[in-house]
Amino acid sequence: MKALGPVIFLVAAWQAVVSLTGVPPFILPPPLMVLAAARANVDVLALNAAVTAGEVLAGLILGTLTGCAVAVAMALSERLRRFLKPVLVLSQAIPIFALAPVLTLWLGYGLAPKILITVLIVFFPLASVFLDGLLATPEGLLDLGRIARAGRWRSLWLLRIPHALPALGAGLGVAAVYAPIGAVIGEWVGAAQGLGYVMLMANARSHADLMFAALFVLVGLTLALYAAAGWIARRLRTP
Amino acid sequence: MTPPPARIEGAAWLGDRVLFAPLSLDLPVGWTCLIGPSGAGKSTVLRLLAGLPTGARFEGRVTAPDRIAYMAQSDLLLPRLSAVENATLGQRLRGEPGDRARAAALLAEMGLAGLEQRRPAALSGGQRQRVSLARALIEDAPLALLDEPFSALDAANRQRMQDLALARLAGRRVLLVTHDPLEALRLGQRICLMAGGRMEDLPALPGPAPHSPQEPGFGRVYDALMARLMEAA
Repeated sequence: MKALGPVIFLVAAWQAVVSLTGVPPFILPPPLMVLAAARANVDVLALNAAVTAGEVLAGLILGTLTGCAVAVAMALSERLRRFLKPVLVLSQAIPIFALAPVLTLWLGYGLAPKILITVLIVFFPLASVFLDGLLATPEGLLDLGRIARAGRWRSLWLLRIPHALPALGAGLGVAAVYAPIGAVIGEWVGAAQGLGYVMLMANARSHADLMFAALFVLVGLTLALYAAAGWIARRLRTP
Repeated sequence: MTPPPARIEGAAWLGDRVLFAPLSLDLPVGWTCLIGPSGAGKSTVLRLLAGLPTGARFEGRVTAPDRIAYMAQSDLLLPRLSAVENATLGQRLRGEPGDRARAAALLAEMGLAGLEQRRPAALSGGQRQRVSLARALIEDAPLALLDEPFSALDAANRQRMQDLALARLAGRRVLLVTHDPLEALRLGQRICLMAGGRMEDLPALPGPAPHSPQEPGFGRVYDALMARLMEAA
């Protein structure tokens, strides 16, 4: 509810720009026209939002699982850490946006390339914050494990992972915001459904109102994900 | 039955600098207090006995039992675990099931009855250090290594914790690293000074601990101890 004021202000500013400049609706449709387009296309938007949401969730879950697994493996093995750290940084230097056409070429026009792009976007921030959390476990706590002759796995499970959970929560918040970008990039490159596809089609047919409507559904989806990630992050942070 | 031996013999270097020259410390049953200026290597000796990494190069031999009770200056409690879960952490790190009933009984002896389910954030500093004492005592270990565990506590809590630890660790070998000459005098049946790379025995008060400043000779032994500490620092 705190956001209500700023949202009303932005919508009013938008309407003011349309009214004052007389910009044609196929360039910038007024807010009420976008609302009408959303109403008229509610079925299309809902169906395609479900597709995009499915891709984003699948990518988030897979990216989180692989990110955590790689972080754990790197925390356990110094040799693996030394080998994988440059690989991880290198993988980040490749713009995922530029990879999307390649992945679509390899994996086709189905869900797979969208999910994989999302996984790639989510994977690095999660793996790196979780690894940092695992490695930043205070030496004093690790001493408890050494005194008890706990092996690497038991120290990991009882000392390192609990210590790294708040960092993981923060990483999830970042990942939740970036994940929809991955799915939409995939849809732009080649798809027959999804919000990104709706936006491209609407744009091609000069339906700016529907394009904006799809954009706002995407914003809503991202905000819902962000709120869910925030809830999980609070669970992971507070004891 | 006497507990298994605990001794350290050897020398240690920090880089090229000698941290301590060849020394030999054989812990008797009872409390040995290791005192001396900061950086003299007291904690290194304790950590070597505990089998913990030190950052120093050590050449020599350490004999210590398998089970060790350990307390550090900070309580080292896990924030997500309750008091009773923290008290059983050592057991679970060893791969045994945590004995919650025994942990709860120990916490009650520490004066923490009714607080077993509290998280560390909901406990005072003194209460947290008592949970950490319970975690050390639950090991029932023949050797206790205490690295300034009382130094961050206020005076009343410090004395309460000293007395609890003294009572519960009777009959074991205990090494207490401390900065505080009063603490060393109060608890130590043996007092060792570590300074300038050497270790020497200093006079301690005879008879059972805890010693009171009312005891004859307390002031004289204290003055002697302080004089040596002033020379060393």
